[in-house]
Amino acid sequence: MRTFTFFLVAALVGLLAFVALRYFNNDYYFFAGYVVVQFIVLATAWNILGGYCGYVNFGSAAFFAAGAYSSVALHKFDPTKWMPSILGFDIPLDFLAPLFPLPIPVLIVFGGVVSGFIGFGMGYLTLRLRGAFFAIATLALAVVLQTLVINWDFVGGARGAYIIRPATAAIFGSYIHYLFLLMLSLAVIAVGIARMIERSRLGYGFACIRDDELAAEASGVPTLKLKLIATTISGGLMGMAGAPFPYYIGYVEPGSAFGLAYTVNSIAMPMIGGTTSWIGPLIGAILLGTVQQVATVTISSAVNLLIVGVLLVVFVIVAPNGIVGLVQQRFREREK
Amino acid sequence: MGIPADLLINAIIAGLLLGGFYAAVTYGISISFGILDIVNIAHPGFIILGSYIAYIVNTRLGLDPILTSILVLPLFYWLGATIYQVYYQSFEKRGQEALRGLAFFFGLLFVTEVSLILVFGVDYRYVQAPYIGPSLHLGIMDFPLRMLVPFALSVAMFGILQLFLSRTFIGRAIMAVSQDQQALRLMAIDPVRIKRIAFGLSIATASIAGALLIVIQPVEPSVGREYIGRVFAICVLGGLGSLPGTLIAAMLLGIVESLTSTFYGPSWAPAVGFGLLLLTLAFRPAGLLGR
Repeated sequence: MRTFTFFLVAALVGLLAFVALRYFNNDYYFFAGYVVVQFIVLATAWNILGGYCGYVNFGSAAFFAAGAYSSVALHKFDPTKWMPSILGFDIPLDFLAPLFPLPIPVLIVFGGVVSGFIGFGMGYLTLRLRGAFFAIATLALAVVLQTLVINWDFVGGARGAYIIRPATAAIFGSYIHYLFLLMLSLAVIAVGIARMIERSRLGYGFACIRDDELAAEASGVPTLKLKLIATTISGGLMGMAGAPFPYYIGYVEPGSAFGLAYTVNSIAMPMIGGTTSWIGPLIGAILLGTVQQVATVTISSAVNLLIVGVLLVVFVIVAPNGIVGLVQQRFREREK
Repeated sequence: MGIPADLLINAIIAGLLLGGFYAAVTYGISISFGILDIVNIAHPGFIILGSYIAYIVNTRLGLDPILTSILVLPLFYWLGATIYQVYYQSFEKRGQEALRGLAFFFGLLFVTEVSLILVFGVDYRYVQAPYIGPSLHLGIMDFPLRMLVPFALSVAMFGILQLFLSRTFIGRAIMAVSQDQQALRLMAIDPVRIKRIAFGLSIATASIAGALLIVIQPVEPSVGREYIGRVFAICVLGGLGSLPGTLIAAMLLGIVESLTSTFYGPSWAPAVGFGLLLLTLAFRPAGLLGR
């Protein structure tokens, strides 16, 4: 299937999901659906680096929170009160005032840029060394970014920040419908990008790095450059997933934005679905995301995290290629 | 603005003592990550497990936490050896340790943490022992026993581990397995067995480190995460696989953290370890005493 057709089909499927949810006429489904779709974006983003390149990122929560907090910062930013001075000249920013508050799509792009930069920086410092160092550095990144946010009063520090969400949005009626549709478009874009990468020169380069980095380097694959591209895209997409979060949740505090659930889910979903193709994270996210939404309501949120953790451990030991791998194996056996 | 001398001296002393404790937490990682090349990010999880065992025994039976941790050493050793066996069979043998092995350890860390939360809740737990509370005074210098005892134990651990690794046959085999597995095989030693012993040893140190942790501060299940950045920073800064390097780097980090929290506020302290880690990776990846 050509990329354009794929995008078209994906967009159609997304639209269908949206219309189907509207049919229920119950906002709860949108709140629950938003989380599932958000995990599709996170899992797909993680998989671009983790599944395609073989580099584990333990900092999904940090990238997600970076996106969320860049939204908070822009939301709180008041151009009439702040006056930067360059070379002694005060530059009034009053003319920007009509633009604020910025629409969410702009915030999403901004969050993506911020997280992309963080990804690039982390990659630049650690990807030249052995693979494990990158993983360790991302693990610590969450702690440090959280420390920074706690000490940054402008975005609320440890107290957190309230974002008053408008009750309605133009055309869509309920605001949550608008947020859901935004996240859905983001998911379509993310999955589309992942599929595009998979079938391009870039994707083959990534696969070479995953299978044997030394051999790839020796045969002329610019490994560092490719790895940096992967971390930047992956981090950027995670930031984009995080940017609308303050509007969704209404109150952001460091503990919730840096929640361990984001990290563990964005690793577990691709691992359980299957890491080698775009469909794996999609299956994993829809499956695990839905189960968790149901379990949170019916059992408890701590138990459902335990389930995810146990599933992750069991899957990496028993089914290294995830659900997709199991299905492929089944087909191969049948052919024999 | 002058800095009061006694504040500075006490901050440095507190840092040294804290560093000694950090070293105790890091020996295990030094063995597993530094020597065996197993990126055991679940190590802090085992440390917290050690803390909770010390806590349970202390509240139920009134036993000293450090004594408890020494008594359960064989249990932790066995746990470590078992985990290595699973890790070897499922990942190392198939050459999949980079992605799936890491995810496996991450899953272990996560499952330990969530299980502890489910059983004990997120309340801070603490232990009772005679050396928690009083301190020694030497002129203007303060030595809280709560910090001094872990420091002394950490130095003792360092001595024992260093002697074991350099003087005994198994210890030397452990050092050798990090350099050349093939050569080890030619000497009729099974590298997998040696690695299993070494990994068991590294998890065993988590038992003592856990007891020391709960002596120093109250513990709740997610405290372990704060230590991940720290222990790997120390391990890398000290030079992979070098125990003396680990001790020196731990003291260094302890002092820098203590000065940071004294002069800038404790909420900045967690960022110090990570900053140090990034600087080390950027400028001297081999570490202080690295080969």
